[in-house]
Amino acid sequence: MKAFFDSDIWWSFRRSPVTVVSAIMAFICVVGAAFASFIAPHNPFDLASLQLMDAFKPPSWEAEGDPVYFLGTDDQGRDMLSAIMYGARVSLMVGFCAVIFSTLVGVTVGLVAGYMGGKIDSLLMRIADIQLTFPSILVALLVDGVVRAAVPREVHDQIALFVVIFAIGISNWPQFARTVRGSTLVERNKEYVQAARVIGLSPLRIMRSHVLPNVMSPVLVIATLNLSFAILSEATLSFLGVGVPPTQPSLGTLIRIGNDFLFSGEWWIAIFPGIALIVMVLSVNLLGDWLRDALNPKLR
Amino acid sequence: MSLLQVKNLRVEFPTRRGTLVALDDVSFDIAPGEVLGVVGESGAGKSMTGAAIIGLLEPPGRIASGQILLEGQRIDNLPYEKMRRIRGRQIGAIFQDPLTTLNPLYTIGRQLVETITTHLPVGPGEAREKAIGWLELVGIPAARERIDSYPHEFSGGMRQRVVIALALCAEPKLIVADEPTTALDVSIQAQVIAMLKTLAREKGTAMMLVTHDMGVIAETADRVAVMYAGRISEIGPVRQLVRHARHPYSQGLMGSIPPLDRRVERLAQIDGAMPRLSAIPRGCAFNPRCPKVFDRCLVDRPELMDAGTTRAACWLYAEGAPA
Amino acid sequence: MFSFIVSRILQALPVMFVVSLISFAMFAYVGDPVSIMLGQDFTEAQRIALVHDLGLDEPFFVQFAKFIGNALQGEFGLSYRLSRPVAELIAERAPATLELAICAAMISLCVGVPMGIYTGLFRHSWLSRFLLTFSLIGVSLPTFLIGILLILVFSVWLGWLPSFGRGDVVQIGWWSSGFLTLSGLKAMILPAITLGLLQLTLIMRLVRSEMMEVLRTDYIKFARARGLPNRSIYFGHALKNTLVPVITIAGLQLGSIIAFAIVTETVFQWPGMGLLFIQSVGAADIPVMAAYLMLIAVVFVTINLVVDLLYYAVDPRLRVGRGRGH
Repeated sequence: MKAFFDSDIWWSFRRSPVTVVSAIMAFICVVGAAFASFIAPHNPFDLASLQLMDAFKPPSWEAEGDPVYFLGTDDQGRDMLSAIMYGARVSLMVGFCAVIFSTLVGVTVGLVAGYMGGKIDSLLMRIADIQLTFPSILVALLVDGVVRAAVPREVHDQIALFVVIFAIGISNWPQFARTVRGSTLVERNKEYVQAARVIGLSPLRIMRSHVLPNVMSPVLVIATLNLSFAILSEATLSFLGVGVPPTQPSLGTLIRIGNDFLFSGEWWIAIFPGIALIVMVLSVNLLGDWLRDALNPKLR
Repeated sequence: MSLLQVKNLRVEFPTRRGTLVALDDVSFDIAPGEVLGVVGESGAGKSMTGAAIIGLLEPPGRIASGQILLEGQRIDNLPYEKMRRIRGRQIGAIFQDPLTTLNPLYTIGRQLVETITTHLPVGPGEAREKAIGWLELVGIPAARERIDSYPHEFSGGMRQRVVIALALCAEPKLIVADEPTTALDVSIQAQVIAMLKTLAREKGTAMMLVTHDMGVIAETADRVAVMYAGRISEIGPVRQLVRHARHPYSQGLMGSIPPLDRRVERLAQIDGAMPRLSAIPRGCAFNPRCPKVFDRCLVDRPELMDAGTTRAACWLYAEGAPA
Repeated sequence: MFSFIVSRILQALPVMFVVSLISFAMFAYVGDPVSIMLGQDFTEAQRIALVHDLGLDEPFFVQFAKFIGNALQGEFGLSYRLSRPVAELIAERAPATLELAICAAMISLCVGVPMGIYTGLFRHSWLSRFLLTFSLIGVSLPTFLIGILLILVFSVWLGWLPSFGRGDVVQIGWWSSGFLTLSGLKAMILPAITLGLLQLTLIMRLVRSEMMEVLRTDYIKFARARGLPNRSIYFGHALKNTLVPVITIAGLQLGSIIAFAIVTETVFQWPGMGLLFIQSVGAADIPVMAAYLMLIAVVFVTINLVVDLLYYAVDPRLRVGRGRGH
């Protein structure tokens, strides 16, 4: 641990105030989302506590605001602040799961392609190339649309969350695969890997315990930058109405709902979830940028 | 009068772990038409000296003190635009790797014409004729046909000839040649050096020839400066320095050239490595590796002093040195 | 030159093949077109007749070949949702999307490239710092949120610009254009900015990093050492070398403008292909999705071809196979 605090990474972290601020923001987002059910002032999903009388309350600092509802309420009388915290939980969870999914797929494919080489390599990379030709949001939309067409509606509502995670995850794996493959090709020809092969270690063992640790730092950087991208993709899908089920609204769903009330003057229903989304994504992006520079001294 | 004078030049690199002194108290001069060879290990500051002279130190490197004078005029503190007019016109430069020093997207003719018209009062047509003339001078066959070729259509040796033509085409008085043949095939190195030397002599151009190839120096240079850890450790006429080096470091360097006229059992070598700029020892920077080190070397840093035929920064030649 | 184009087209064929296979698989195996088209009441004989009419009882390869043949003629069957030929629906919507995409691409290139050059050359000026911060916010803002914010400010609060639709369009043959009327142009502004902004920031960051990369190269140092004026170093030598990688990535970015049009069209209720597509995804309207996928693939393949040709024009190293003078 002491070694960590002495390291260049910690040094460059402390020296960059922007990074420190974004780390704090990211921390607040994660804590606020993870413990939403304990610290949120209201439970927006408890139908019994909802008062339609309280619908469309503006934020508390406006003339007609109610101090009970700090950021106002939506059309159902739900407290916006609480809805945002619960929504952020869904957004972050989908984002994390999607990134883990694409990391697993991408790293595995990249390792296998890079280590095995030959036909397997060119086949896998060809698939990645073809998929990369299409913007990932389109891939995610298609996956979602196909699943929607393939399974009955009731089933779809139940598995919608997993479909979104799968759709976003599958749309981002090629980036990981390419990077890992590149690093694997470099590592494979190094002497220690050759030596491990000569001793007769199995390819699986060599990949896992010799090559993998050496390709982890670029993977970490891509994963961080991808997290913000996955959160954005989820928000976009939900905004388009094909994302998470309406019973578990994410930030994107909240913005979609709020969008309908933009013209009647209830701007806060769309804008506050939007700001929460921006803060979350921006802080993750800044952390990712910093991590990339810190792990890559060449670029400085 | 000297063409170029470098006086007590000090170049610093501020880094986050403190300021590194890349060049310290470097002084020398070059007479018109003279070839000064600069030798030393990688990182000794040879290229840095060249970059400082042409005013293109890589940031954050900067000249902390000292002066550089061209024909008696200071050029180290000129504003960018004034210095730009000197570069190419008064001081030309040749870089190490001809594969990367030419812009791949423009024909060599365009690059030559552009350089000529920037510095000389000639029109495009005349500049093109001049460019063809220069290509012929540096030994490009069929120059008139090849002038509209792109750099990738030439071999490495030919490209370095083009680079030399580019450096000379505005007829500068001084050429800073930074390892001009290191990246070339050994068989071509001698040709290119011979061509460069002949051209410089014909045009009366002075040259600062940075290299780590002692053979090139012995053949080409009039005088030699030996650099070690950011300082000049010895400077003097080429014949004396090669045959009778005074500084123990130069003696070690010269001892590593295989002589042609007699058999030797083994070549001399200098033990250890040059210190990093961040860890230069107290006293003489060479003291950890010096076979003749004595107590004063560990305490005081020697300046260049008369050592018979050359000037060397070594306490052996000061009064009171051990015999 | 000709063989260059032919080889690039041949390289694109496998991509098109895979995409058509996916399209066809969606078409043939996902959902149940027969029951969708028959509705509630039908006899077994009607079902068999329809299966036969649609050719669903034929072997896989015959069906696939027919699918490709139809696709080449622009024939993708009927939309489940609207019961109209898919090709007709897409042709109707294409002008709206293309006009929007062109405007967005112009904005992102005409603003993004100069901003990238500026921030690459003058890295430490305050304007560069401002632009960089702005670009970081730009990549962190989801497209739909940009659209909502623009609507809130310029339509709801200021009331200057319309917030949905294309305004008045003029029909030129089958093409409907919004460029020729004032309301059409006004309606274009917000959607085009929304769609272009993300690409703008990406292009700016790309140009900037390439510019910085090129300025570190030996040939730029050598150009400085020859005393060339800054103007010629930056705009002659550096910019042209920056263009080579920028063309590729900018090309791909422009392609993704068409895809991101889905989001923008939803926000602004823009009657284009993207809105059609998203409605089809929601309604599991497979024929429209399959056709759209093929169309996007064609767009991307075309863009890649154009990018390769531009490369060819910029970089002499591609024009001559290898050096002659050794």
